Formats: sequence, structure tokens, C-alpha cells
Amino acid sequence: MKFLCVECDRQMAFEERQLPGDGTLAAAFRCPKCGRAVALLTNPMETQLVSSLGVKIGGTTVPAEPLETIRGMVATGRDDAFTEPVGPSDGRTVGLSWSAEAQERLTRVPGFVRGMVKKIYADYAKERGIGEITPAVMDAARTELGLEGM
Amino acid sequence: MPLNIRTYHELTEPDRSGLGEQIAGQRRRLATRLAAVGRVIVVMSGKGGVGKSFVTAHLARALARAGRAVGVLDADLNGPTVAGLLEAGTARLVVGEDAVLPATGSDGVRLVSMAQLLTDGQPLAFKGPQAESFVWRGAAEAGALRELLADVAWGTLDVLLLDLPPGMQRFLELCDLLPAPPAVLTVTIPTPESRDAVRRALRTAQERGSPLLGVVENMVGGPFAGTAASDLAEEFGIPVLARIPWHPAPDTWHLLATRV
Repeated sequence: MKFLCVECDRQMAFEERQLPGDGTLAAAFRCPKCGRAVALLTNPMETQLVSSLGVKIGGTTVPAEPLETIRGMVATGRDDAFTEPVGPSDGRTVGLSWSAEAQERLTRVPGFVRGMVKKIYADYAKERGIGEITPAVMDAARTELGLEGM
Repeated sequence: MPLNIRTYHELTEPDRSGLGEQIAGQRRRLATRLAAVGRVIVVMSGKGGVGKSFVTAHLARALARAGRAVGVLDADLNGPTVAGLLEAGTARLVVGEDAVLPATGSDGVRLVSMAQLLTDGQPLAFKGPQAESFVWRGAAEAGALRELLADVAWGTLDVLLLDLPPGMQRFLELCDLLPAPPAVLTVTIPTPESRDAVRRALRTAQERGSPLLGVVENMVGGPFAGTAASDLAEEFGIPVLARIPWHPAPDTWHLLATRV
């Protein structure tokens, strides 16, 4: 999927992704020459199709987690299917704290995917030098990383 | 006047989204993961209920007892049974830094199955809009299959057996995912109905360029009459690898393992 600014004959560059939370997705692209922006809007079925392919419109800045599509999409997964590692990669990175609200929000994530979600948020915070994960950080990460459904 | 619009392939400027590169990266990851696997063998049949999982599990155990490093991927995502046959149906999977460790089943066979991931008694269901789910469900299952191949630390294996569901869909997905068409071991029961269904499977595998290892005839000497294995062997020029009796003896599997 690419966008062409026909008037300028230039390929438009991805600029921003938004996930309103209703299963839809918005991705903005801008012409590098004239500055015109267009938004691609997908309905829930189209968003799901893209997720099913294991790709993210707009790309991502963190590496994919093992079984990311399965853990992110399966609705009938066992809560105790996975044993998460203990140590630096377990989402409790040294120097990183979770606010009470963020911890409470994490408890509402199904056990099947919770370990992965925790690690993704921790990696996101670490990469940006964020010391405390709050619901606002989680929302930002969710949009920036394209974590629809997590 | 029609607009002058360049084609998709003419637009080559790098883009942050890079969907094509993301797909290519998935393929590279899978190929790298399987680089230490000596041979990928799919166990398939055009027909259900012929004992593919049964044959897969016992063949894997026999190979392992013979000193081979063996992995089993249960590619029957909707009806996973081989994990139970290898006594690892409820094993928890350990998540490593960039891969999940396979469970260890009977005789040291390394195994990953959807049975280990799903809540007991629940079907494989995906989050998302259920209306017109046929549009994306196939892609989701293919994505799950890709991850079970690429995101599992299989390690060095002599053989990775893939237990397929009935039909051709999963085999075709594998042909698209794997760097090369996998070797195919087909399972049939003696009946003409099974023969006809397996013939279609073999034809599909042949057309995709898969090496045909041979045919295993299961449930021989029971209530099912026919000459399916002999017929298919003659038609495709492949060996009958084993005729598994209704009550197989331990050396039945040992003999099969020596021929694979």
C-alpha cells in the first residue's frame, strides 16, 4: 500500500497512526513536496485483516515479540499458557516503575497476553527514557506501536 | 484527460510503513529459524480420520528412540491432537528473549501445539469483528502457523514433522511460507474413498514440487477393505512406507522410521 500525490508525482510519506479504540485505524500520509496530507481510514474488518498478516501500517520501532500475532489475537487462550522469564526482560526493568493506575490497568489484560504486553510497554518506555509507566504512556505506546486490541 | 498515475512498483522511495519489507522480514526470520533443521516433513492426507496425528506421534517417537533430534509442529490449529498423543498437551511454554521454547514430549520429542495454548474445551477463536470473519480468518491462521515455525526455538533438528489437518489449505500455506516445498508423507486407510481423497493431496503436492516420500496405510486388517496404498504407490511411483495394522506392534514404528 502506497500513496501518490498525483499533482506533485511524489510518493507520500507515512506520518502518523491513530487507533480510536473502536477497531478502526487512521493512518496519515503527507506529500514531501507540497505538504498535503491524506488519511487512510480502515473499518474494523480491514484493520483486522492487516493485523492478521502480522504487519503494522506505519511500521514499528520495537522488535516483534515471539508469537505476537497469536498472543495478541487469540481470544480463547489459556491464562497460564506461557511462563514469562524473570529478569531484565520481564517487564520489570531496573529503574522502571509502574503507577498504581497502570498496574491496575495491566491486571485487566488477559493472562494469555499480559506478559507480552507488559514487556512491550517496558521496552517502549526504556527506549524513550521514561521512568514511570502511566496510563498515558500506555495509550501513547498503543497508538505509536499499533497495538490494536492490546 | 486521465490522470498520469505511476504504478505501485514505480514508487520506490523508502517509507516508514514498509509493509513489503515487513513481510520480507517475516520470511527471513522463518528461514533463519529453520536453517538448523535437516528436513521438514509434512504428514498429510486429503481425508480426515485416517490417523495422521497417530502416525506423526509414533513416527516422531520412533525417530527419537533411534537417536534423531525430532520436533513436531501441530499444524492442525483447529483440532490439535498430537500434543496429547505425545503427552505434552498441557505443557506451559517458556518465553525467551526472541523465541518460545518448545515443550518436551514423549521420548524427548520437541513439540508445539495450539492445544498447549487454548483453554480446555474452547475452539480457536480470534478477537475482532466476527461479521465476515472469513475475510481475515484464513490470514490469521496462516499468520499463526508462520509464528509457530519462526518464533519457536526449535534448535538443531534432524527432522521437523508437521501434522496437518485434513484438506489442502494448510499445505498450500506452508508452501508459501517455507523457503522450499516440504517433503510429503501421506497417510491413507485402505478404502477407495480414502484413496481418491489422498490422490488429490498427492497431486497437489506434486504440482507444488514437493518430494513425495511415500504412503503409509493405516488401520490395515480392520473393518476397512481396499488397496489404497498399493494403488497410490503405483500411480505416483512412490513406496508404501508401512502398513500399520489395527493393533500396531512397537517394531511397526521402528520399521517406518528406518524408511523415512
